[in-house]
Amino acid sequence: MHPAPSVIIFTSLSGIGFGLMAWLGFGFPPATGMTAFIFFFIAYALAVGGLIASTFHLGNPKNAIKAFSQWRSSWLSREGIMAIVSLFVMAVYAIGLIFLEQRWQIFGWAGAIFSLVTIYTTSMIYGQMKTVPRWSMGLTPALFLLYALAGGALLAGQVFPAALLLTVLTVVQYVSWQIGDTRFEQSRHTIETATGLGSLGKVRLLESPHSSPNYLMKEMVYIVGRKHAQKLRIIAIVLLGIVPAVILLFVPFSHMFAGVAVLSHMIGLFISRWLFFAEAEHVVGLYYDKR
Amino acid sequence: MTTLPQNTKKRLGLAIDLDTCVGCHACVISCKEWNTSNYGAPLSDVDAYGAAPDGTFLNRVHTFEVKADGSNAQTVHFPKSCLHCEDAPCVTVCPTGASYKRTEDGIVLVNEADCMGCGLCAWACPYGARELDKVEGVMKKCTLCVDRIYNENIPEEDRVPSCVRTCPAGARHFGDFADPESNVSKLSAERGGLVLMEAQGTKPVNRYLPPRPKADVSGDAQIDMPNPFLTPATTKPEGFLGWLDSALEKI
Ligand code: SF4
Ligand code: SF4
Ligand code: SF4
Repeated sequence: MHPAPSVIIFTSLSGIGFGLMAWLGFGFPPATGMTAFIFFFIAYALAVGGLIASTFHLGNPKNAIKAFSQWRSSWLSREGIMAIVSLFVMAVYAIGLIFLEQRWQIFGWAGAIFSLVTIYTTSMIYGQMKTVPRWSMGLTPALFLLYALAGGALLAGQVFPAALLLTVLTVVQYVSWQIGDTRFEQSRHTIETATGLGSLGKVRLLESPHSSPNYLMKEMVYIVGRKHAQKLRIIAIVLLGIVPAVILLFVPFSHMFAGVAVLSHMIGLFISRWLFFAEAEHVVGLYYDKR
Repeated sequence: MTTLPQNTKKRLGLAIDLDTCVGCHACVISCKEWNTSNYGAPLSDVDAYGAAPDGTFLNRVHTFEVKADGSNAQTVHFPKSCLHCEDAPCVTVCPTGASYKRTEDGIVLVNEADCMGCGLCAWACPYGARELDKVEGVMKKCTLCVDRIYNENIPEEDRVPSCVRTCPAGARHFGDFADPESNVSKLSAERGGLVLMEAQGTKPVNRYLPPRPKADVSGDAQIDMPNPFLTPATTKPEGFLGWLDSALEKI
């Protein structure tokens, strides 16, 4: 799949933003006043920034408002609704903390749970795609939730939970890559099942239906750039999990090192999200004899 | 409404004959012509005469080669347009309600006035039947020529999809798969109509009629390749000409 910057920024920033919001909602750290303002400002900037980025890949954004209508069947619609609900509920909690020194915990809990549900709905936009075997597995939502919780803990300054979650995330990300690599074969889709011609012999594409790449090929048969996937995986996993976890556990706390940990995690997150798209193979590629 | 109808009264669709399709792309062009000037926004072409032309089409013809061990390779032209799936994943993923499946005849359509161009439906389709128009920013797909098949302003023989009407080989057949007596149901039953990527669970309505077995001519040295089935014409002239022929032979 084409790793469009808008969707990479959307899933990465919104994920970590709502992850931070979940921690704040559960009362970690228990800040009020100006400190609370800074934490909530960061969470909203990330979550809302990501959502805005997601509208950049729309062909016809003037109809974006209609995306809230089909929650009965569409995960994308559910995601939109849950994001708005979370942002509103959390705003009430944040106003109490920042301006009134009041902790309306019920709003905090509700906002935190809604934030986690939002992340789950985001993950299901991808997890539901049977056409992309690498994505359509239970590990996809698990991974998105772990990214959000680990990154959120890091931003919320929760040293030990963050170190623990980052370690778990590193392992789950590694396992997801390993299992993901086998998903297409397991799905048993081949050029023969795609064309239905398997009973006649081996099939190959003799002539392409068009002379230059079309929308389908640009969007779904993205094969350039997979060349360095293995190296990028190593870089991603070191930056997103190992470096920040080591800093949290073994380096005495300082704002500078905390900053380095966050930066390292964010770069790792972007690389792994790029891989999430770039390595995903859509079954339509079979009609082009490409994956 | 992007929830799917439980069942539709009719199941209109195409039976595409892979045996007779000659790969001329006439259906591609007639589809583009009809649909660029009728239902919805026009089908754009970008850089049409340049180095990297890019355009929106609702129907494309792939050409495959099939080869079994020990026999000759065979060419199969493969037209592909929306299969109007019963369990259309492209419909349920749509967040705006633009994509829908009609209850009355099962046709899957995009209401362009609602589409926001997110492209998710194209991701959900295993067959590559949806293309986002670059200029209009909305999703385009085969409409099964909904604006022809019920259109009383055109002659009756034209009330079939444009691609069906155009195909010079008669390789595309239009009809109701819910009716076991329809032309397409019978054709599909007779020829063992293929379902594409069944494991995706989309339950496509369209069927592909597989190529018929080819005569094996590989071992026959005697065969006259250009005219394999004609018996050689009589070459012996009779009567006066016959006498002349043999007389001249003797000289
Ligand atoms: S062929 Fe693709 S676009 Fe058409 S109904 Fe099936 S899934 Fe939807
Ligand atoms: S591109 Fe349009 S029709 Fe397709 S899912 Fe998005 S809003 Fe719906
Ligand atoms: S039925 Fe109409 S829209 Fe569909 S492929 Fe044929 S000509 Fe194109």
